[in-house]
Amino acid sequence: MISDRVLARLKTAAELPDLSGTRYRLIEEIGRGGMGVVYLAEDPELGRQVAIKVLDDGREARVLASLEHPGIVPVHEAGVLPDGRSYYAMKLIRGRRLDAFLAQTTHLPDRLRVFQRVCEPVAFAHAHGVVHRDLKPQNIMVGEFGEVLVMDWGAPGMGTPAFMAPEQEAGGEVDARADVFALGRMLEVMLRGESRIPKPLASICRCATEPEPAARYEGALALAADIAAYLDHMPVRAHRESILDRLLRFVSKHRTLLALVAAYLAMRIIVILWLGR
Amino acid sequence: MGKVWFGVLIGGVLGIVDGLTSWFTPAVRAQLAGIVMGSTFKGALAGAVAGWFARRVNSVPLGILVGLAVGLLLAYGVAAMQHGYYFEIMLPGSLVGAIAGYATQKHQTS
Repeated sequence: MISDRVLARLKTAAELPDLSGTRYRLIEEIGRGGMGVVYLAEDPELGRQVAIKVLDDGREARVLASLEHPGIVPVHEAGVLPDGRSYYAMKLIRGRRLDAFLAQTTHLPDRLRVFQRVCEPVAFAHAHGVVHRDLKPQNIMVGEFGEVLVMDWGAPGMGTPAFMAPEQEAGGEVDARADVFALGRMLEVMLRGESRIPKPLASICRCATEPEPAARYEGALALAADIAAYLDHMPVRAHRESILDRLLRFVSKHRTLLALVAAYLAMRIIVILWLGR
Repeated sequence: MGKVWFGVLIGGVLGIVDGLTSWFTPAVRAQLAGIVMGSTFKGALAGAVAGWFARRVNSVPLGILVGLAVGLLLAYGVAAMQHGYYFEIMLPGSLVGAIAGYATQKHQTS
């Protein structure tokens, strides 16, 4: 009689792809998504570990190979397995998925800087005519040194409901603004847990997730530029400031200098009063 | 403008303002010109040191600290020459140095 444990092992082994025709040696499964399964493998020729993604068609590898950017995982090689499925070998990213990163990083500016770095490869892809269509925290990796890599570029049209633009959900034509919508939803996720969301950031989220594509940011770069402006205490395009907002931004931007000048003035007044006794 | 010259300028201007505030103290009003000159020199020197430091180290907290320390040291020297007014000279003097330290760190050289 075969025990459940042995049966489970046999089942897992049967599901593993046959890499015999490739130069890679399979180690284990490391991820699974709607588009395919990712395995850890070893490249004995170069003595390094790689990630191998096995999927039903080779579109994703071709899309990835056409996009050379530090924020997009580089493809080493692509091919077809003996069972007819496609595979491609890519750089193994050591780090955390964005959702795990967010769970451990509470400092808002750090989160926003990572968000900016997510926008860069997305904007690069848009400039090359590629729309991601399934941006979500689970498809972003944050490396050991804070580098950000956007993954899963092969989604032919299906997205994730919580991050999908209305026009994509309706099955219509999508362009870069569908990714802007998903980025806006990701920004909302990043702001979750904040006791008070700053008004400019709330406006950025609103502008990015407008139901009408024409009302959104025209691209990921414009969205990133607004985040950069917010981090630099500059006016944000999506937010019309009141005089009080402007004053608060000025105080926030120059708080150290204002504190020093206030300390000086307080000290001077004390000294004048002291000497005038 | 380089950071050192910017430090001299900002320290000097702050020194003039700092010196002019002695007008509010009737007991020393007669020596206003001398106080302004001394204060300007002290501020410019603190600014120069802060600017020199800012050229080497890019850190706002450290810049403020160095400016504060130099301002305090120079103000102590002035107070020692006056044989008094330690508290009245050293505290504002150190803050002038701190502001110069901050300004030189933030200043972008062209």
